[in-house]
Amino acid sequence: MTEALKLTDLSKSFPIGKRMFGPPRAMVHAVQPIHLSVTTGETLGIVGESGCGKSTLAKMLVGLLPSTTGQIEIEGAVLDNADPALFGKRIQYVFQDPISSLNPRKTIRQIMEVPLRKLHGKNKAERAARISEIFAAVNLREEFLDRYPHEFSGGQAQRIGIARALAAEARILIFDEPVSALDVSVQAQVLNLLADLKDQFGLTYLFISHDLAVVEAVSDRVAVLYFGSVVEIGSAREIFAHPRHPYTALLAQSAPEVGRPIAAPESAETELPDPLSPPVGCAFNERCPNATDLCRKDRPALKPDESGREFACFNPI
Amino acid sequence: MTGYILKRLVSAIPVLLGISVIVFLIMAMIPGDPATAILGSYATPENVEKLNRDLGLDQGLVPRYFIWLGNMMQGDFGRSFALNRPVIDEVLDRFGATLILAGTSFVLCSILGIAAGVVSAARQYGFADKAITFVVLLGISIPSFFLGMMMILLFAVRLKWFPVSGMWPIYGDRNFWVLLDHLAMPAIALSVVATGVIARLARSAMLEVLRQDFIRTARAKGVRESRVIWRHALRAAMVSIIPILGIQAGFVLSGAVYIEMVFQWPGVGRMLVDAILKRDILLVQGGVVFIAACYVMFNIMVDVAQALLDPRIKT
Amino acid sequence: MMAFLKLLARNRLALAGLIVIWIVVFLALITPLLPLADPDVTDTPNRFKAPFSEGAVLGTDHLGRDLLSRLMWGTRLSLAMGVAAAIIAATLGSAIGIIAGYFGGRTDNIIMRGVDMLMAFPYILLALAIVAALGPGLMNALFAVAAVNVPFFARNIRGITVGVAHKEFVDAVRLAGMRDSEIILREVLPNVLPVIVIGMSTTVGWMILETAGLSFLGLGSQPPQADLGSMLGEARSALITNPHTSIVPGAMILIIVMGINLLGDGVRDALDPRLKSGALSRPMPATEVDRRETTRAQTDSLLDIAGLQTEFRVRNRVYKAVGGVDLHVEKGECLGIIGESGSGKSVTALSVMGLVASPPGVITGGAVHFDGDDIIGAKYEVLRSLRGRRVAYIFQDPLATLHPLYKIGDQLIEAIQTHETISKSAARSRAIDLLKSVRIPNAENRIDSYPHEMSGGMRQRVGIAMALANDPDVIIADEPTTALDVTVQAQILSVLNDLRRERGLAILFITHDFGVVGQLCDRVAVMYAGKIVEEGPTDAVLRNPQHPYTSRLIDCVPTLGGGQRKLAAIPGLPPVVDRLPDGCAFADRCDKVQMECRSGAIDLAATAPARKTRCLFPENTQEASA
Repeated sequence: MTEALKLTDLSKSFPIGKRMFGPPRAMVHAVQPIHLSVTTGETLGIVGESGCGKSTLAKMLVGLLPSTTGQIEIEGAVLDNADPALFGKRIQYVFQDPISSLNPRKTIRQIMEVPLRKLHGKNKAERAARISEIFAAVNLREEFLDRYPHEFSGGQAQRIGIARALAAEARILIFDEPVSALDVSVQAQVLNLLADLKDQFGLTYLFISHDLAVVEAVSDRVAVLYFGSVVEIGSAREIFAHPRHPYTALLAQSAPEVGRPIAAPESAETELPDPLSPPVGCAFNERCPNATDLCRKDRPALKPDESGREFACFNPI
Repeated sequence: MTGYILKRLVSAIPVLLGISVIVFLIMAMIPGDPATAILGSYATPENVEKLNRDLGLDQGLVPRYFIWLGNMMQGDFGRSFALNRPVIDEVLDRFGATLILAGTSFVLCSILGIAAGVVSAARQYGFADKAITFVVLLGISIPSFFLGMMMILLFAVRLKWFPVSGMWPIYGDRNFWVLLDHLAMPAIALSVVATGVIARLARSAMLEVLRQDFIRTARAKGVRESRVIWRHALRAAMVSIIPILGIQAGFVLSGAVYIEMVFQWPGVGRMLVDAILKRDILLVQGGVVFIAACYVMFNIMVDVAQALLDPRIKT
Repeated sequence: MMAFLKLLARNRLALAGLIVIWIVVFLALITPLLPLADPDVTDTPNRFKAPFSEGAVLGTDHLGRDLLSRLMWGTRLSLAMGVAAAIIAATLGSAIGIIAGYFGGRTDNIIMRGVDMLMAFPYILLALAIVAALGPGLMNALFAVAAVNVPFFARNIRGITVGVAHKEFVDAVRLAGMRDSEIILREVLPNVLPVIVIGMSTTVGWMILETAGLSFLGLGSQPPQADLGSMLGEARSALITNPHTSIVPGAMILIIVMGINLLGDGVRDALDPRLKSGALSRPMPATEVDRRETTRAQTDSLLDIAGLQTEFRVRNRVYKAVGGVDLHVEKGECLGIIGESGSGKSVTALSVMGLVASPPGVITGGAVHFDGDDIIGAKYEVLRSLRGRRVAYIFQDPLATLHPLYKIGDQLIEAIQTHETISKSAARSRAIDLLKSVRIPNAENRIDSYPHEMSGGMRQRVGIAMALANDPDVIIADEPTTALDVTVQAQILSVLNDLRRERGLAILFITHDFGVVGQLCDRVAVMYAGKIVEEGPTDAVLRNPQHPYTSRLIDCVPTLGGGQRKLAAIPGLPPVVDRLPDGCAFADRCDKVQMECRSGAIDLAATAPARKTRCLFPENTQEASA
C-alpha cells in the first residue's frame, strides 16, 4: 500500500475586494488546511454541497490554482507550481462540463494530440497508434477523431475528456462532477467505464460529486466536505449507513428516496453560513441539532475513532 | 449613494491626471522647436526666448509638465497667440454654444434611439423592425457633415424653413425661439449617427433580455405585454444601454466639430480646427484638456445613473 | 469557409453590399489604367461645369478639375486609408486586448487603466491633438484615426478573451503541458478571431468616415491631392451655387459606407454562432398555434391535456419535442412527469399556458382544457388572465427567473396587482404573508431585498410565494429543485408538500429525479422522446414498472445504501426528435425488442386500473396496481 497522493496542511484563501495596491479588504477561506492521503489504486470520493470548496481543492491538486499553504506529494514526490507539465504527467483532471472542456474550434484528433505531443514528445505515428489504443479503451469509434466537439452528445464528449486524460498517462485522475451534466441512463455508462478503466490501467481516482448515491457506488472511501473543511472520512460502505458527524447524517437524510415520506430534516430556515463572516467554532453549529456551547466556541479537529473512522465533531452521533 | 458619488469623483483624479499626461506627451511630439512652432517662423528671437522661459521649455520634460499642470490648477491655460487672449476665456466663451448643440443632440438621440430600438426588438422581423433597421443603416452610413450640407440645400435654400447657418441672426432679437430656429438643423444632423448606433445596440440589448428567463416569469404571472416590454425588459436592457449612452455622448461631442464647421456654429469644435490650422498650439492644448475633463465628469454622472438603476453595483 | 460564404450569400442585403463593395474596389484598383483626366490639373476657365457637359461627365470643381477623375482617385485614397486604419487599429488593439484578458491580474489592470484614459477623451479630440502636434497631412490623419480606435478594439477583445481564457479547455491544454504563448496562439486566438473579424468589418466603414472627416476639416489629405473628404471640404464654400461638387463625393462616401455596413452586418450574422441557430430571436408573448383541428377533452378533470403536439422549427428542420401527449390533473392532485433531458417534459409543461419560446416553438395539435375550456389558441387576453391567476408556474433556476433589478417585494406586489385591483399597501401586506407562508424568516425585512442578496433556496421560496400570489388552482413546477443542493431541496420539497395539503393545490411536477417523484407525487407519467410511455399511481409505477424504459431507467439510478457496485446502464442514446423512428422510439435500446415494435405507432394502452403503458410487451402485468 503506497500513497499515491498526500496533502499536508493544504489550504486556499481568496482575497475579496482587491485593490491596486495594499492588502485586500477581506479573505475568504475556500479550503481550510486539509490533511488527506489516497493510497494507490483507491477511489476516494469527495462529497459536499455547492460552495464547500471541493472544486477549489481539485484545481489545487492539478496545479491549476496555487495553494495558499501546505504541500502536495504525488507518488512520494513533492510538487511545486513551477511547471504544469510536471503535474500533467502524474495527475490529470476530468472536467464537469464535457462540452466546454473541448475547444470548439479543434478537431478531436487535435485535442487528443496535445498531451501526447507536449508531455511525451511522441511523433506523429506514435501519436496515432496511442490514440487508437485509448479510443478502443473508452469505446469510442476512430471516425470521431476528425469531427468537432459540438457534434457530440454530453456522454460522448465526456468519454473524449476521459480519453484525453488517459493520453497524458497520469496514474492519478481527478474527476470533478464528471456525470452531473449527464442523464441517468448515460451517467451509468460513464461510471461503469470509469470502473473498467481503473482495473485495466491500475489507476487511482479522486471522485468529486454532490450526489451521495453516485459517490457511494464508485468509491472505496468517502470524505465529506463542509464549508471548506473535511468533517468526516470513512469507508463508503459505512459512512452514510452509520454517519458520525451530524452533517453527514443530514446529507444522507436529505437525498430524496422512493418510499420515504417528505420531512424537512432540519428547521427550514437554515442554510450555509456566509463565507465573509464565518461562524465562530464549528461551521455547522447553527444547523446542528446537537450543538452545545463548546461547538459555538471551538472548532473541532478531525480525529479517528476506534474503528478508524475520522470525524470533526464534539458530539458525534 | 453620496459615498459612491464621492468615491467616483476621487477616482476621477487619476483619470484627469492621465488625460493631462497624454495631452502633454502628444504635444511634446511636436517636431522641432515648440516655441517657433507656436509663434511661427517669423517670430523674433527675443519672443522665442521669452516664450521658452514662460513655458519652461528650456527645462526637461518632467518639470515642464508640472509647471503646466500647476498653471492649469490655477486656471491658467496659457495664452492664445492667434487671438491674443487667455485660452480659458476663449474656451469658456465657445463652450456654451457647443453645450447647447451637443446637449440637444444627445437628448434627441437617446430618446429616439432607445424608442426605435425597443420598438424594433418588440416587433422583430415585422414591418416596423425592417423600416427602422433600414433607416438606421442609412443614418449610420451617411457622413454627418454631408448630411448637414444636404439639409442646408433642402431645408434652408430650397424650402427656406430654417436659416442657413449660425447660432444667432446678425440683427434682431436673441430669444429662445430664434435659437431653436437656428438649432434645429444642426442638432438633428448631429444626432442622426448616434441615434442609429443607439437604436442598433438598444435593439440587440432588448433581444438579449427578452430571451431571459425572468421575462418568461413575468409573462407566466400574467403581466401585460406592454408592461413586460417597457418595464421588465427595458429596465434590464438599460443596464447595457446606459454605458453606450456614455460612449455616444463622446461621439456626439466629436461630431459637433464637423457640424459646427458646416453650420458656422460658434462652438469649441470650430475653434479647435481653426487653432490647429493656425498652429495655435496652446489653444488646442487647453481646449482639449478642458473638454476631456468635462467629458470625464459627464461619465461620472453616467456611472451614478447606472448605480441608481442596478442594485447589484456596490455603492 | 464554404459554409460561411453560403450563409453570407443567403443574406440578400449582405450580398448587395458585397457587390457594391466589389465594384467600388475593382474600380479603385483599375483607376490608374483608365483614360481619365489628370485629377490635379487646374483649368480655372472651365470651373464649375455642370455634370454631363462636354469632356466632363460629372462636371468640374472650383478649380476646373475633372470631378470624375478626382472622384475615382479620391475613392481609391479614401478606401486605402480606411482599410489601413482598420487593420492597424484591429491588430494593435486586439493584441493589447488578448494580452490583458489572458493574463488578467495586474497586467490587465495596468493596461486597461491606460485604455480607460484614452477612452476618457471624446475620440476626435485625441485625433485633433495628434494632428495638431504632427501637423495636418494624410499619414498623420491615418495615424490619428488608427490610434483613437485602438482602445475600442482593446476593450472589446479583452472582454471576449477573458471569457475564452476561463473556459475549461484552456485549463485542459495547460494540464497537457502547453505554455502560455502557445495557448494564446493556438487555443485562444482561433476563438477570438471571429470577433476581431466582426469588429473590423463593422468598423471599416466608420474608419472611412473618420478619415474623410479629418480631410473635410482640412487636416487630412492636403491640396491638390484628392480624397473624398477633402473634395467635400473644398466644395463646401460653393455648396449653394454649385451643389453638384458636394453631392458627387458625398454620395460616394454614402454608397461605400453603406455597402460596407451591409456586408459587415452579414459577416457578423454569418460568424455569430448564436444567430446561426436562430437563437437571437425574441420569444413572442404566447406560443404560436398552428393546428388543423381541435381535440376534445378526454376527461372532465381540472386540467386535461389531449393529444398535445409541440414542435420546434429551426431552419428546415422540425424537432417534434412533444408528439401527442395525453394527461389530466385532478383538483388537489400532484402529477409528476419524469423523463431525461430532451424527453419533452418541460415543453409539455410550458405549452399549457403558451410559454414555449416562439419562434421557434409551435403548438401543432391537440388541446389543453382548463376548467372545461380549450386554452390552446385562445385569445391572448384570455390566456393572460389565466396566467398566474388560476395556473401558476415555478421555474428551475431561481436566480435567472426573478427580475434582477426589482426588489422581491415589488415583484410579488406586481403579481398580485396584475390580477386584482388592490392598494399597494394591502398588496404589500399580502406579499409579507406569502413570504411567511413559504417560511422565509424575517419576512418584513426580506421583502425589500433584491434577488442577488438571497441564497438559492430563499430565492426559490420567493418563486413559490409568487406562484401562490393569486391562489391558483394549478401550479406547474418545472424542475423547481434541480439547481439546489440536496439539503435545500429537502426543505423546498417539504414547503411545497405542506402548501399543497393546506390549500388543496393541484400540481404538475416536472423532474428527472425518481426520488423526488416518489416522495411528492400521487401519480406519475414517464416521458421518452416526446411521448408518454407509462402512466399510473406513483407507487405502482416505481415498484412494478411495465414499460421496459421505465424499468431500465430505475435500475440506472444509484440509490444510497447500495455500496460500491456496478450500475445498470441503458446502451445507446435517446433518438433525436427530428428523426424519430417508426414504431417504438425506445426500440433501439430495448433488450427485448421484436419485429412488431418497429412497425407502426404503438398506443398508450390501459394495462390495469389507472395504469397505461405504451408497449406491446409490457412487464410486470400480472402483479399490476399494487
